[in-house]
Amino acid sequence: MDIYIFGQQWVNGLVLGSTYGLIAVGYTMVYGIIGMINFAHGEIYMISAYLTAIFLALLGTFGLQSVPVVLVLVLLGTVLLTALYGWSVERIAYRPLRNSNRLAPLISAIGISLILQNYIRISQGARNQGVPPVIDGVWRIPANAVDQHFVQITHLQSLIVVTAFASMAVLTWIIHHTALGRACRATQQDRVMANLLGVDTDRIISVVFVMGAAMAAVAGMLVTLNYGSFDFYIGFLMGIKAFTAAVLGGIGSLPGAMLGGVVLGLAESFFAGFVNSDYKDVFAFSLLILFLIFRPSGFLGVPEVEKV
Amino acid sequence: MQKTKQLLLFLAGAFLFCLSGQAVQASEPIKIGVAGPFSGSDASFGEQFWRGVEQGAADLNAAGGILGRPLQLVKADDACEPKQASAVASRLVDREKVAAVIGHFCSSSTIPASAIYADAGVLMITPGSTNPLVTERNLSTVFRMCGRDDQQGVVGAEFIVQRLNGQRVAVLHDKTTYGQGLADAMKKRLHVLGKQEVLYEGLTRGEKDFNALVTKLKAVQTDAVYFGGYHSEAGPLVRQMREQGMKAPLVSGDGIFSEILVTSAGGPAFVDGVYMTFGADPRNLPAGRGLVEIYRKKGFEPEGYTLYAYATLQAIAAAMHATQSVEGEKLAQWLHNNAVETVMGKKAWDSKGDLQVSDYVMYRWDDKGKYKEVD
Repeated sequence: MDIYIFGQQWVNGLVLGSTYGLIAVGYTMVYGIIGMINFAHGEIYMISAYLTAIFLALLGTFGLQSVPVVLVLVLLGTVLLTALYGWSVERIAYRPLRNSNRLAPLISAIGISLILQNYIRISQGARNQGVPPVIDGVWRIPANAVDQHFVQITHLQSLIVVTAFASMAVLTWIIHHTALGRACRATQQDRVMANLLGVDTDRIISVVFVMGAAMAAVAGMLVTLNYGSFDFYIGFLMGIKAFTAAVLGGIGSLPGAMLGGVVLGLAESFFAGFVNSDYKDVFAFSLLILFLIFRPSGFLGVPEVEKV
Repeated sequence: MQKTKQLLLFLAGAFLFCLSGQAVQASEPIKIGVAGPFSGSDASFGEQFWRGVEQGAADLNAAGGILGRPLQLVKADDACEPKQASAVASRLVDREKVAAVIGHFCSSSTIPASAIYADAGVLMITPGSTNPLVTERNLSTVFRMCGRDDQQGVVGAEFIVQRLNGQRVAVLHDKTTYGQGLADAMKKRLHVLGKQEVLYEGLTRGEKDFNALVTKLKAVQTDAVYFGGYHSEAGPLVRQMREQGMKAPLVSGDGIFSEILVTSAGGPAFVDGVYMTFGADPRNLPAGRGLVEIYRKKGFEPEGYTLYAYATLQAIAAAMHATQSVEGEKLAQWLHNNAVETVMGKKAWDSKGDLQVSDYVMYRWDDKGKYKEVD
């Protein structure tokens, strides 16, 4: 096997894994704090893809040309509005059911995800949508001097990887070194006790949903720009993959989500690249099952007894 | 006296009732089901079907309907899912009691649904399902208005070998009935032409990242790629090929025959050099010129299967007029034995329900996001 092909599959896997990781963070944060899976998270990501396209088109009509300015504005707008969706999901599907049976919020989250999917389908149409390429450019490292083989990463792909790791680092820092983070950890350990000690746990849980949605928005924008097209159904597959990543990494752990995402991305890329792409998903999910059997707490998770 | 009066009144009432019953019967609409993906990633093809049939029904109704009865269309969305296709097929047959069905689109939907229509003796003509199995199961009431994948696969294979001079051909598909069937038909012809494919693999519908597969295509030094599948995957695939610096042409079939391919790829620059097989463009035929103008005036480009769907309704109407009946078996028998003058020219079917003449030709996309027949 040529070395440049090997290198290229590393890049492919790393980029794909970073997008999984960015979305997995949303699952893992919500799980960490209330011990439940937010099944509407994939749809939040899907909505951010639409918002990205809408903001891009809006800025286009204003005639903005500078790429960095456009990107920052689109990012801001997308993150803000997507965060609002995340907040609403918590408000509608989780908070009223806070003290009910454990299954109830799970099912209401699935309901919300169906509502969001169909709402987008009806309001935006079922067709594929697309965005024009915004960031061009590619770095190519020649494999050797003789022929034209190379390993490449586009500027956008490198942006995805850098953003994923940077935002994971920032979030980890927030959780471990700020007052907000301390409140989050307190809520996670014992919600009733934290409440008694003056932590507004409802607000903390809202904040966590908002942060998760913001990460999904970052992912949604970068992925949309990278692949150029999306539809109302992209949240489903991406949600399942990201959830798998979160479990692989150890659900509840932020660095674990990132690690799980990268491992899943690399596993898919290498399997598709060197074995067979027909069975890529079979392989990825077999990996998940093996982990659930032999190491249910994932790479970096702490074994827990009680939570779902 | 009183009794007789009552009786007379009753008789008169009963008579009137019968009359009104008759009147209802005569003007009761003939229901035609239009089935296809009206949601999901293939919804643009469903829209082509609907636009075609809708205009056809409007034109027929303006001319007095069929057998003096107006046409009523019943839309049935299968989202290109086999399970949903069976469900809507049962609904069309049992509840809506349609006289005929125009649809479905995805072969994986058409095949299970057609069994339900055949059981109920309802005529089904698909404007766009190309998998051979659709008409290979001895269902006498099943027809199609398009060619077959074993015909378009042959055109694709010959084009790659003879025109593009492909030496190292990769064959990809999307694991659907249609996509894999088409890829297999193409591969078979490739072998007949004395070429072995360098790669034969499937990708997953709904995914957007095919970079690993593209790198693999580079690793085996592919110089031409054939893809059996739909535009929603073909778009990202060709984009990632170009992004990774692959210049090999991508050749596909009727599943990407829609301007949405440009959207799926994220820009016209990426579809440059994509080829696809489709029937000779019906928009260029003299029979359809006036109709194409009507569509364009309404701001809809009747591309892809739009005119096929229109012609399908014409064929159903012709059979109903000729047989003075709406019974599936009678209509089918007539269609097996008679040619129909349609907006796409004269069409005739063989005993299986396939068109007697297939007219696949190759199209090429340019960097403006438009396609043109290759001469």
